[in-house]
Amino acid sequence: MIHFQNVYKRYPGSQDALSDVSFHLAPGQMTFLTGHSGAGKSTLLKLVSLIERPSRGNVLLNNINLGSVRNWRVPYVRRHIGIIFQDHRLLFDRTVFDNIALPLIIAGFRHQEIGRRVRAALDKVSLLGKEKQFPITLSGGEQQRVGIARAIVNKPPLLLADEPTGNLDPDLSWEIMQLFESFNQVGVTVLIASHDLELIRRMNYPVLRLSQGRMVSTGMEYAG
Amino acid sequence: MAKRARTRQKRPVSNKGADVQAMTGQSIGGRVIAYFISHLQVFFSSLGRLYRAPLSNLMTVSVIGIAMAFPMGLYVLLQNVQEVSGGWNGATQISLFTKLSISDEQAEELGRRIRKFPEIESLHTLSRQEAMDEFRAISGFGDALNALEENPLPAVLIIRPKAEFSTPAQVSALVKKLHAEPEVELAQLDMQWVERLYTMMEIAKRGILVVAALLALAVLLTVGNTIRLDIQNRRDEIVVIKLIGGTNAFIRRPFLYTGFWYGLIGGILSWLMIEVSLHLLAEPVHRLAGLYGSSFKLATLNLTNTLALVGAGLLLGLIGSWLAVGRHLHEIEPS
Repeated sequence: MIHFQNVYKRYPGSQDALSDVSFHLAPGQMTFLTGHSGAGKSTLLKLVSLIERPSRGNVLLNNINLGSVRNWRVPYVRRHIGIIFQDHRLLFDRTVFDNIALPLIIAGFRHQEIGRRVRAALDKVSLLGKEKQFPITLSGGEQQRVGIARAIVNKPPLLLADEPTGNLDPDLSWEIMQLFESFNQVGVTVLIASHDLELIRRMNYPVLRLSQGRMVSTGMEYAG
Repeated sequence: MAKRARTRQKRPVSNKGADVQAMTGQSIGGRVIAYFISHLQVFFSSLGRLYRAPLSNLMTVSVIGIAMAFPMGLYVLLQNVQEVSGGWNGATQISLFTKLSISDEQAEELGRRIRKFPEIESLHTLSRQEAMDEFRAISGFGDALNALEENPLPAVLIIRPKAEFSTPAQVSALVKKLHAEPEVELAQLDMQWVERLYTMMEIAKRGILVVAALLALAVLLTVGNTIRLDIQNRRDEIVVIKLIGGTNAFIRRPFLYTGFWYGLIGGILSWLMIEVSLHLLAEPVHRLAGLYGSSFKLATLNLTNTLALVGAGLLLGLIGSWLAVGRHLHEIEPS
């Protein structure tokens, strides 16, 4: 699903954020990406979601070399990726329903289909009945679940999460992780960047470990 | 979902049509309908967005309205002046002064001859005595004229050419023809001032064009700047939409429709301003015309002008927002 081949990423005027990173993530895999702040976790996720381009090396998604994807095609690639952010990135001037419906509106779904899918997504994150509320009235955990619902509503084959539990207490974090596990069980590939080592240990999934831009552990058998 | 995920990996990402179809589960026809529906949604939602910030948007729209009403209002006034002067032009008259040796009877005879010319609409003969009486009444030199032994004034024939013979070239040809009559001393055409008026109106027309061009630029800048601020205010929203796969066209759309609404409402507003202004002027103008014995009425915007006005507003709104979007949207990328 995701294949990194000797990837380097250098931002202008700084050291390599990633150097010589190689790994392979099989379809249907749930994997954690860890490492301390500044180790390059976010950069790695940005390369997958085409927010950044590698300085050297290849990133493959679905066997497509992302280096060959032109800028105008980037939105269509992103529609196959559900991205979850630490700060949710919800639109606070819209209701929960409208936030979750956004990817479907962008993709041009019909009205009835949008309603059906949004309610299905809300059901999965246990937020049915809150669709008419505005995100500001929800708790932090609920806001994150809205963000997750938006990421999964058009059923992408790949979920990327950047510190999804960074602002949540352990119980809520555990719930969120259970949620990711349930998506993985129906075949979605999940890559979660997190520095919550305690949580990662409890979850017992393969771990990719970055240190100062280098991949120091590719977790069990998933070496690239 | 598992099956979906597995089938998806085999399909190359580069096949856009198949991708979109797989994502939406819709045929091409369905997608076309969905496309138009999404346009319709943005069409109304952008209007709703304007409605939710009425004060600031009303100011923007008013600026557009005033900027367009000013040159168009001037243009309508100019058309009215043309209307009035056109009437005068039709009433061009030629004064034919006979030689002093010509008697009133000979002048009458000349009048009968000239009346048969095809160009002549009407002819009125003033005998030497009538000319004298008229001059005495108008000039106030009555006593001085009494001192004269004989009447120094010739008979005068006042001629109006037919409307179909009233272009400047035809009229001057007629004047020449009349002047060739042996009894005629002087054929005088009082049309120079009409020509001068026409020239002045040409200058005014040019001036209005220049003002209109400058104000059109002002409208473009106003719309462009408003949209630019709108883009900056919605920066977070744009980033999120880009992150979840919104194309540039999708992001551009609401801003273009906003410009469309600005232009349309601004155009309608300027029409309203002109109509109200002309309505306020109509009554005194009608009275003034009455004083000159004319039934002239101030003309308002005709259909062509109204459509041109609203159309220009639309176009300026769209172009202004297009320029702003083109310049500022690509600066916003997720990081």
